[in-house]
Amino acid sequence: MMDVGETMAWVVRHTLRTCLRGMALAGAAVAALPLFVASVVCVLLLPTGLGVVLAPKSLLAVRRQAERQRRWALDWSGVTIAAPYRSRSAKPSNRLTRVFRRCGWVLGDPATWRDLLWTLVNVPVSAVLGLLPAFMLVAFTWTVVDDYGTVVDGWGGVAPRGFLLQVFLLSMLPAYAIAGPWLLKIRAIASSSLLAPTRKEMAARVGELTESRWDAVDASAAELRRIERDLHDGAQARLVALGMNIGFAEQMVRENPDLALTLLAEARESSGQALSELRALVRGIHPPALAERGLDGAVRALALSLPLPVDVHIELPARPSAPVESAAYFAIAEALANVVKHSGANRAWAQLEHDEGRLVAIVGDNGAGGAHPRAGGGLQGIERRLRAFDGMVAVTSPPGGPTQVTMELPCELSLART
Amino acid sequence: MRVVLGEDLTLLRDGLVRLLSAYDMEVVAAVDSGPELLRALIDHRPDVAVVDVRLPPTFTDDGLRAAIQARLEVPGLPVLVLSQHVEQLYAKELLSAGTGGLGYLLKDRVSDVLRFIEAVRTVADGGTAMDPEVVSQLLARHDRDQRLARLTAREREVLAFMAEGHSNAGVAARLVVTEKAVSKHIGSIFTKLDLYPAEDANRRVLAVLTYLNA
Repeated sequence: MMDVGETMAWVVRHTLRTCLRGMALAGAAVAALPLFVASVVCVLLLPTGLGVVLAPKSLLAVRRQAERQRRWALDWSGVTIAAPYRSRSAKPSNRLTRVFRRCGWVLGDPATWRDLLWTLVNVPVSAVLGLLPAFMLVAFTWTVVDDYGTVVDGWGGVAPRGFLLQVFLLSMLPAYAIAGPWLLKIRAIASSSLLAPTRKEMAARVGELTESRWDAVDASAAELRRIERDLHDGAQARLVALGMNIGFAEQMVRENPDLALTLLAEARESSGQALSELRALVRGIHPPALAERGLDGAVRALALSLPLPVDVHIELPARPSAPVESAAYFAIAEALANVVKHSGANRAWAQLEHDEGRLVAIVGDNGAGGAHPRAGGGLQGIERRLRAFDGMVAVTSPPGGPTQVTMELPCELSLART
Repeated sequence: MRVVLGEDLTLLRDGLVRLLSAYDMEVVAAVDSGPELLRALIDHRPDVAVVDVRLPPTFTDDGLRAAIQARLEVPGLPVLVLSQHVEQLYAKELLSAGTGGLGYLLKDRVSDVLRFIEAVRTVADGGTAMDPEVVSQLLARHDRDQRLARLTAREREVLAFMAEGHSNAGVAARLVVTEKAVSKHIGSIFTKLDLYPAEDANRRVLAVLTYLNA
């Protein structure tokens, strides 16, 4: 059984924590005000061109601050607020295009403006709801101490009114401990009115996910059909011929040793072909180097096996999850295969890094350029592969080159590097 | 000849033991995991190790790593690596770790028994036996060493066969020329690769290494 002292200690700790959190919320709300002002100024500066560079920076700072609010709502009040932001298109290699693309991405997202509005609304809401627990605690303590003084002063007398009041107030302490978190929760729910995705955004997202899921299901079904056909017409058929030849040779070995030898040689040939077909098939399903070395090693191994020199630059502090590794590998392999097949380049490069929660892969070459996605082409295959992971692909390929394919997919690096 | 064998699939391990024994090789240890393999290689110091790339406990490249580690700890340890797939990357790693005979072959090659036994002996004698698939990928690359660019097409062919572990007679048979012609090509290769007169077997290995490391 928990004794009274322990219970009191818990209540006090709990109350103090709530007060501190409320003060942090109020403080953060006020501290974000300059960001609001800066953002408004930057947006007003848009026509001068300076705003094109500054506005996304400032609005992204607002976004980071809103993300922190979402995190606190979840951690402190158990209120889940999903991030409503639109995903970014892949980085184009041209610097100027990148700046404008980024500006369009940030300013075109309605969630940006709701975040900004919340930064303003948040000040009174958090000031009141956030500071109320602390205010209650101060008021309470003051009353108790003051009354206690009165009680001590009047201890010689007969009036225990102060004492009774003190007992009453002390018994109310648990109520404060409970009321505080509720105030913070109300604040969190209020914040979700602007910080959470709207119904329309959710619906659009569901539509997008449904489509990409069907694409993924379709692609994997087609893949399985292809594997079945390859096995059926390839390795399986060869193994049948192999068994037949060996069986026949077994019968012939005494009466016609020459024929038996020919049959056995054919059987050996057949086993070699079956193996090389199986090897090609396995590479298409899950490349052995990927299983053995992860994405880093597999991309390096791939680069070495190509007929042109490929500069590989990989910076991954840890390994992505297996499905992401596989998708990224095949996307890079497809891009490099395109380089070999179409570009006429004599040099290529592959870069891989993890940046802001995204795996970014860039494959480039110094070839003829002029590459563009066409139906059923390699680039479209890459796009479909990555879309199942909310990833995307962008191509810059001016006539005369160089061609650069940028592929991005969101991912956390969870597994420790092996 | 004493052999240590690292292969986890019983069917293949027993088959290899039988095959090697039939050609007067003594399998002093046949183990089925990376750590055991490393221990066996260091304890037995065999004339040649025959090693599967993928072994327990992690079923990734445990065998390869054990082989590389053993070559670093036992200088000159000859190793023949077998795998279901060949990677230039692994070939490079094997070449850059330690000295001594080195082979890297697809498991399929075991079916050509005589060729396989020849490869085991070549590696045990300090030579190289690279899989034709490794060599053909190298041939397809155009970013080769400056010195290799000086070789004629025929000389490059001869060098590729040397990398696969063929003797002069073997190269001659494959190119349908006389052994004397092959010797002439090889002499010319040595000169063009700046390998000055030394022991012939040694120069042979150096030429192949230049070729594989380019």
